[in-house]
Amino acid sequence: MTVVDARGLRCPAPVIRIARAARDAAPGTRITVLATDPAAVHDVPAWARMRGHAVVSSTEADGEYALTVEIG
Amino acid sequence: MSSPADDTAARTDVTDATAPRRAPRRVILDAGGRAPLLPEARAAFVEALDQGWADPRRLFSEGRRARMLLDGAREAIAGVVGARTEEIDLAPSHVAALHAAVRSVARGRRRVGSGVVVGAVERAAVLNAAAYSAGDARVVVPVDATGRVDAATFAASVGAPGVALAALQHANGEVGTLQPVDEVHAAARAAGVPLLVDAGASLGHTTVEAAWDLLAADAGDWGGPGGIGVLATRRGVRRSPDGPEDDDRWFPGGVSVPAALAAAVALQVAEQRRVAEAQRLRALVDRVRARVAAEVPDVDVVGDPDRRLPHVVTFSCLYVDGEALVTALDAEGFAVGSGSACTSSALEPSHVLAAMGVLTHGNVRLALPPGTTEHDVDAFCDALPRLVARVRSALGVEGL
Repeated sequence: MTVVDARGLRCPAPVIRIARAARDAAPGTRITVLATDPAAVHDVPAWARMRGHAVVSSTEADGEYALTVEIG
Repeated sequence: MSSPADDTAARTDVTDATAPRRAPRRVILDAGGRAPLLPEARAAFVEALDQGWADPRRLFSEGRRARMLLDGAREAIAGVVGARTEEIDLAPSHVAALHAAVRSVARGRRRVGSGVVVGAVERAAVLNAAAYSAGDARVVVPVDATGRVDAATFAASVGAPGVALAALQHANGEVGTLQPVDEVHAAARAAGVPLLVDAGASLGHTTVEAAWDLLAADAGDWGGPGGIGVLATRRGVRRSPDGPEDDDRWFPGGVSVPAALAAAVALQVAEQRRVAEAQRLRALVDRVRARVAAEVPDVDVVGDPDRRLPHVVTFSCLYVDGEALVTALDAEGFAVGSGSACTSSALEPSHVLAAMGVLTHGNVRLALPPGTTEHDVDAFCDALPRLVARVRSALGVEGL
């Protein structure tokens, strides 16, 4: 599973980072993005919807968000 | 060969060559909450500076005249919203009106319970006042992807025991979506719970029905001066001040008389023009919605396309830095708003966009002031795809 570290980056950088990782990923691949920007919690699912991917988990601990997306 | 005339011409040429480039024409497309002052309101304000300068609490002639102007303003506003003059209180801001509405009713009805039911996309002033007054007893009703609460869900929350107040906006000022206020008011009435309707983005722009127990509105939004909020409270709604006593019970210290008069005049003018202007602006927003969706790749045009405010439209562009886009548009003469986190001092994205589950970055928000022309919105739509492409290119996101 691929992990993309976008901690410390402001919107829209976390979405751009996961989109880069997703570009060459095969369908069914899971990619996790780590972020500290609260906008990522909303924007990663919205991006996934626009691109036909699915968010499989979204967690937060101590101001760090981890969102996992399955490539569609 | 040289003459004095030639010297003058040469100097003029040099001056022209070094003069800064003329600033582009300004196109104001974000008038939500603070619209350009209507000329009629400006005239009324200036007139009232002479006629209404005195303290309306004073009993001498000038004070009484100021009181008369202030009461006249309340009467005019009451006439537009369908209330009695004595039901109208004027606040020093829309936020103050909303805070006072929530706090005073929560306190006045504390024996019923501490619950306050609010929609998820209410203005921050409502959400924060509800949290302040109700604490854990604040109930937030979610919205769908268009930003609308479900009337049945809202009704069920209002019907639960221990609810002091419910608050539902007339329409959302960020995305334009109209809320099911009639149905929710009927449910609140059946439950015996007063409903606060925030018409801050609606009054002066669209029909605001009589379905409310408390109504709040914003003079700055309809072309009046900033610094005047309206709170209308139906007789029989129990409320109690939760601050120190003052002659002005709900808004201690009162408001500026000239600003109040200008606000009332602006509302009357806006109401006169409302129907024709709404029809015109609705068509312009339809045009923006269609052109943006067709001409900008990877864009989410959000909010209800039909059941909406006539003059509001918002959209989010994937992989776009909202601040960079707003700045680029501003440099070309277009004033637009944004709900993106990078454009807010709080670093938090718009809670409205977040509650709807739409992209919060790359957001652009238009609230067209009256008088906006087809040429204005076409110029905006012409410039937008190029500027979005430029911001995306700087971020290196082509092909993602």
